[in-house]
Amino acid sequence: MAKYQLNVNGERREVSVDPSTPLLWVLREDLKMTGTKFGCGVSACGACTVHVAGVATRSCVLPVALLGERPVVTIEAMANDPVGRAVQDAWVERDVVQCGYCQSGQIMSAVALLKQTPKPSDVNIDESLGGNLCRCATYVRIREAVHLAAQKLK
Amino acid sequence: MTNSKTKVEGLSSTSRRGFLRATATAAGGLLVSLYLNKHTTAQEGVKPSQLPPPPKKDFPPDAFVRVTPDNKVVIQVNRLEFGQGVHTALPLILADELDADWSQVVAELAPAADVYKDPLFGIQMVGGSGSIAHSFQQYRELGAKTRAMLVAAAAARWNVAPDKCRTEASVVRGPAGQSLKYGELAAEAARQPVPATVRLKEPSEFKLIGKQVKRLDSRAKCDGSLKFGLDLDLPGMLVAVVARPPVFGAKVKSFDDGEARKVEGVREVFEIPVTRGGTGVAVVADKYWTAKRARDLLRIEWDETSVAREDSTKLFEQYRQLARTAGLSAAARGDAKAIERVAPADLFVAEYEFPYLSHSPMEPLNTTVRFDGDAAEVWAGSQFQTFDHAAVAEVLSLKPERVTFHTEMAGGGFGRRAVPDSHVQREAASIAKRFKGTPVKLVWSREDDVRGGYYRPMHVHRVEIGVGPDGLPNAWRHVVVGQSILADTPFAMMMKDGVDSSTVEGVNDTHYWVPNFAVSVHHPKVNVPVLWWRSVGHTHSAFVMETLIEELAMRAKVDPLAYRRRLIKPEPEAKKLLAALDLMDEKSAAWRNSLPKGHAVGFACHESFGTGVACAAEVSIRNNRPWIHRVTVAVNCGLAVNPLTVESQFQAGVSFGLSQLMAGGRVTLKDGRVEQRNFDRYVPPYMPDAPVTVDVHIVPSAEAPTGCGEPPVPVLSPAVVNALSKLTGKRYRTLPLVEV
Repeated sequence: MAKYQLNVNGERREVSVDPSTPLLWVLREDLKMTGTKFGCGVSACGACTVHVAGVATRSCVLPVALLGERPVVTIEAMANDPVGRAVQDAWVERDVVQCGYCQSGQIMSAVALLKQTPKPSDVNIDESLGGNLCRCATYVRIREAVHLAAQKLK
Repeated sequence: MTNSKTKVEGLSSTSRRGFLRATATAAGGLLVSLYLNKHTTAQEGVKPSQLPPPPKKDFPPDAFVRVTPDNKVVIQVNRLEFGQGVHTALPLILADELDADWSQVVAELAPAADVYKDPLFGIQMVGGSGSIAHSFQQYRELGAKTRAMLVAAAAARWNVAPDKCRTEASVVRGPAGQSLKYGELAAEAARQPVPATVRLKEPSEFKLIGKQVKRLDSRAKCDGSLKFGLDLDLPGMLVAVVARPPVFGAKVKSFDDGEARKVEGVREVFEIPVTRGGTGVAVVADKYWTAKRARDLLRIEWDETSVAREDSTKLFEQYRQLARTAGLSAAARGDAKAIERVAPADLFVAEYEFPYLSHSPMEPLNTTVRFDGDAAEVWAGSQFQTFDHAAVAEVLSLKPERVTFHTEMAGGGFGRRAVPDSHVQREAASIAKRFKGTPVKLVWSREDDVRGGYYRPMHVHRVEIGVGPDGLPNAWRHVVVGQSILADTPFAMMMKDGVDSSTVEGVNDTHYWVPNFAVSVHHPKVNVPVLWWRSVGHTHSAFVMETLIEELAMRAKVDPLAYRRRLIKPEPEAKKLLAALDLMDEKSAAWRNSLPKGHAVGFACHESFGTGVACAAEVSIRNNRPWIHRVTVAVNCGLAVNPLTVESQFQAGVSFGLSQLMAGGRVTLKDGRVEQRNFDRYVPPYMPDAPVTVDVHIVPSAEAPTGCGEPPVPVLSPAVVNALSKLTGKRYRTLPLVEV
């Protein structure tokens, strides 16, 4: 066990965990923030996507020991982020979710995309969200909602 | 299965399987319960003295609707929500008849209890795309009766006739302009008798049914606040993982847990029974990551001597051999020998191969159990509460009524949470039994899931077709080889003469008319557990039928839609499919008549679970893969209770069906071991694999609603492959589609 100081959603948090513990499990089990989801554990589905220093990152393969000083932002902070809120509103407006389990990760990827590329093309969307698996396959409405959020953020 | 021929009308109703009872809640609200009575069926209108004792708690597991003094209407959903939208659709049905203020409606997933059993299936479950089809009438009656009691309470207070009162948005209005909110009337309504019969709305009076109603669970699923089963966190909870045998049914011979036990946080390591008579090693720790690390350090020697080690290549060889022989008859009409007299030039033979498929819902399988010695509590995203509840009780040697079973919101399922042997809950109970008073959450990793069996069975189809001078088939002999899903389960009694109809559905009941038609089936026994996979037999049967029909149309040089219309039976039961075909034809005509160079259109139409579906797909080839630009889908599902959900189920569900076209869309075995482990090798469709747009059109209908969960799945794979065949001239009969 080792102690780590984390910056999560703007707050300082301290945890005492094994250095190999992925950020995902620190968030879910130590910090009790379960909005970030476990889907595959091998960076293949994107359900665990969070922002690390502003970059969409798969938290399931990032050992907490390698996080360093970089700030972490999770789905729980999105309602208070202008882009995050717009994306969530677009998701609700378009009735995107079905089972909903992957949608935290989809939204985190969409927010990272829109912060970099405010008017994304379909190709941009494929590139940024193409690694986020939705087993219900709600992709058509996810794409529409990304475009809708981009419009609303103009 | 469903009463699809019944029109939706404002019928007077009686409760057929039980009777309602109203009670006041501790907080002064109204609680309407449905009581099942095992001894008598005609219980309406019994005197109060004959009623069973009143429930002790505010929330007994028999209530469907609760009206609170602060005007909330809390509605219990009698089955699992895992994406299909029932958590919104059933409350909206009840709320419509209740004239409830939709903004004040709260939906809750009901726990396991007899009263929540599916009215047709007789167990609490989701399956057969029956949630709305089976509970539509039930939820309407519940809403209408609750409304009648609120009206009676208001009428009594104002001393007016109930039929002089109106209701809207959770308010009763009297003839002299009086008004009372439902919440204000709840306590008095609880003292009103439950009406024996009640008038249901005419369709023209619906305010929610048939309208586009947004999901109730959207916001919580977008801000991370919704708790799925895996998110459950109880005080003192432990987490368990299990090392399962590499071959189904193998047993632990010996294990060394010395290193595993050194991991800080590990509580216990012990052997438990797992599926198919096998055993595994459970590791219980304070957290998931601890348990997983410790499991990786176990050294286990397995005893595989008494179990078959299956091999996909060999199985396909066996299946192909079997397909050349007649199996158990699943359909026969006309002259069974007609196919043998067809001249070689008119004979057309096709063989198809389909691999095992994993459901792999996004939320890994899990179940939490707390065993208290003389009672237990369970939390599970269960599709089969009745079985899973009983299984936990059995493992813990408790009476079922001592086991409280909570239904947790689930992250997908596609059939994987409908497991007749309840193997996940049995594992969880076996583990929790060792930790009296402590909740233990069993978690399956993704690798556990992909390698864990319970797949869509692999199949071989062999079809011999005799083509007549008019280009239409006049003889058809079809053999399907595939494991039975029902065999050796409590559902085995549904098999007829040894035939599991879910292996041949979509073939033996096809709407295409061939005068001499024979379908038979072989059900080999294989040491791989299999399960229903969303749309079940239709996943492969629609692919076979719809690619063959388009191929026959091309041979006959007839337009593929005209060919289908000629071949579809004129009988009334084909009406829904034909209406869907016509609507798809109309809505796709403009784009498919102006296709860019290098693009082709493919069609498919298929009826499943009482719902007729037709689709057209615009496809080109990119990087040796199909690129699906656009899909038009037409749906005939009777009355669309929530057209918004129907649209989104179809927009997405067609792409779920693409799972079987993906190059990595297969589970294979070698030496008894599953060769795939995770989404890196078992690869479902991602956004770039799915259509860019899908437009969904619903055939207007006043007929009773039929399913929309599974019917989207079968149509897109054959439509895409039909388009690819036009572009490449090749036929694709072996899935997955490894190359174009």
